[in-house]
Amino acid sequence: MTKALDSKKLGLFIACGIALCVLPFVVGGALGNSWVRIVDFALLYVMLALGLNIVVGFAGLLDLGFIAFYAVGAYTYALLSSPHFGIHWPFYVTIPLGALFAAFFGVLLGTPVLRLKGDYLAIVTLGFGEIVRIFMNNLNAPINITNGPQGINLIDPIHVAGVDLGTPISLFGLNLPPVYLYYYLFLALTVLVVIMASRLQHSRIGRAWVALREDQVAASAMGINIRNIKLLAFALGALSGGVAGGLFSAFQGFVSPESFSLLESIMILAMIVLGGMGNIAGVILGAVVLTIAPEILRDVIGPLQMKTMGRMLIDPENARMLLFGIAMVVMMLVRPEGMLPSKRRKAEFKDAKDAAAQKG
Amino acid sequence: MDIFIQQILNGLVLGSIYALIALGYTMVYGIMGLINFAHGEVVMFGAMVCITVVSTLTHSGVDLPGWAIVLIGTLVAIPACALLGFVIERVAYRPLRGAQRLAPLITAIGLSITLQQVAILIWGRNYIPFPDLLNSDTVSIMGASITKLQVMIVVLCVVLMTGLLVMVEKTKLGRAMRATSQNPTVAGLMGVNVNTIISATFMLGSGLGAIAGVMVATNYSQAHYYMGFMIGLKAFTAAVLGGIGNLGGAVAGGILLGIIESLGAGYIGQLTGGFLGSNYQDIFAFMVLILVLIFRPSGLLGEKMADRA
Repeated sequence: MTKALDSKKLGLFIACGIALCVLPFVVGGALGNSWVRIVDFALLYVMLALGLNIVVGFAGLLDLGFIAFYAVGAYTYALLSSPHFGIHWPFYVTIPLGALFAAFFGVLLGTPVLRLKGDYLAIVTLGFGEIVRIFMNNLNAPINITNGPQGINLIDPIHVAGVDLGTPISLFGLNLPPVYLYYYLFLALTVLVVIMASRLQHSRIGRAWVALREDQVAASAMGINIRNIKLLAFALGALSGGVAGGLFSAFQGFVSPESFSLLESIMILAMIVLGGMGNIAGVILGAVVLTIAPEILRDVIGPLQMKTMGRMLIDPENARMLLFGIAMVVMMLVRPEGMLPSKRRKAEFKDAKDAAAQKG
Repeated sequence: MDIFIQQILNGLVLGSIYALIALGYTMVYGIMGLINFAHGEVVMFGAMVCITVVSTLTHSGVDLPGWAIVLIGTLVAIPACALLGFVIERVAYRPLRGAQRLAPLITAIGLSITLQQVAILIWGRNYIPFPDLLNSDTVSIMGASITKLQVMIVVLCVVLMTGLLVMVEKTKLGRAMRATSQNPTVAGLMGVNVNTIISATFMLGSGLGAIAGVMVATNYSQAHYYMGFMIGLKAFTAAVLGGIGNLGGAVAGGILLGIIESLGAGYIGQLTGGFLGSNYQDIFAFMVLILVLIFRPSGLLGEKMADRA
């Protein structure tokens, strides 16, 4: 894997960069600003999926409670930048703080489950996610910390260098609404997370994770400190989750426990599985597809039913989830390695198939 | 002291239901070594089907005593859920036998979501009331009260569980199940049709799940498309608590978890000086699960395949 930046690659890279820079204007111009908002969310999900991919894709630790870290990041920002406690700290304090706090939670979760593997780990992490949600829902009495099910309102938008991202600004005669401004901020941080994930993958740590995923006993025998790299995977995954959470909180201006349900965790896992576990490009693709596709469906399902049936048989939300569930099953049966499989994983699936063929 | 007895009784009722569902998890795990994540949805379907049948019968003016109508509903729900279990295994698990570990888990989650959405399609998003047919007289035991229905639930659970244990120990099918769980390949060589046994296991577990679903619906007098998730999770906890793959363990774990949960919900306010209230009830199951897995991953009575945890 030499990383020679030949001219062709460089050209592609610059073209992608320019495309991403003008994307909001294209989308906003063609489809309206509500779609730019969806693109912003897609970026948040890319961050989340990359974070979870470190835990699941690289280290092979199945985590079904990942949304808890997102929640920790979001609530940290919300509590430190809202009238709820009357604290208004700047984002360059609160977002890193939220990320660190999430990473701490990652270690907190990781420590007791060091011995667990597979399905057991999945269930315990799921339980952890639910515990966090139950606490958020109920910590409004006797001391009001999280404001319970009502959630926290009037969260400050992010101010970068004196510019308030929550109000439209004009730049060189271009009118930039908040969704555009946040887009650039999210893009910058997403790029950071992508760089972090890809550097990690090719580092000693990334190799240690792969070894851990493939065979824990052998990895341990080769001198890899299993405990440390497991905790590191949980912490780093949670870190990106926490960053995304803080951004989400500022972007929405409102958080409540409802945004952090188990279904969200499952969605993020599905993004990874659908895109191709352990492959960064695949994970990004999966996150974008699973964020955008449901929105397109939402626009299509209703009118389509009206046209063909003359009335609404299935409400769009219901149809959307139904298709999602079916797609998950079909995807696993047809292409378990995902849309863009990582080389190593593809080989694994092939081995498994051969073994199964021999068995059956 | 009264509150203590009351909570123990409530826990016993809750625990019997958990135990019944936990059996479904544990049987499938014992034979295939995988967790059937969609089992909670089977329980939900059982409740929903029973409510539909019962409501239809009462609306059409059938002149039968309440318990008979509920019994008819249950007898419709059992085969419906057994069929559902059969289909789940065929669609989501059988094609993935021998695939890597994550695949069946993802299909199971996908199936869970699909089944929930199908339930919304059929029954809508709201709580569905269970028709008020069963008498709710209370019996007083040592100063605590328990309804006759709840006594009935506990008794029925005990009968069903005993029946299942006897079946697994004594009948030919039970022997085939035990053989398959020990070593499917060798069992196949000995003339056991492994696929049939796996299907039978799913159907049995789902049938028990259906009965449990009806019990939950009658006990809370309502059902909801999302009810399977939490109860399934708790029943799974019960199975792990007793030692997954171990039938007796599932029963013990279910009862124990039910009692822990009831006592916890009853006393948490006092223990934490009013800081945490009974709305934290759902946390106990998860706490118990995490503690068990940390200190005794093979469960209280030991699991069959301890090399997995």
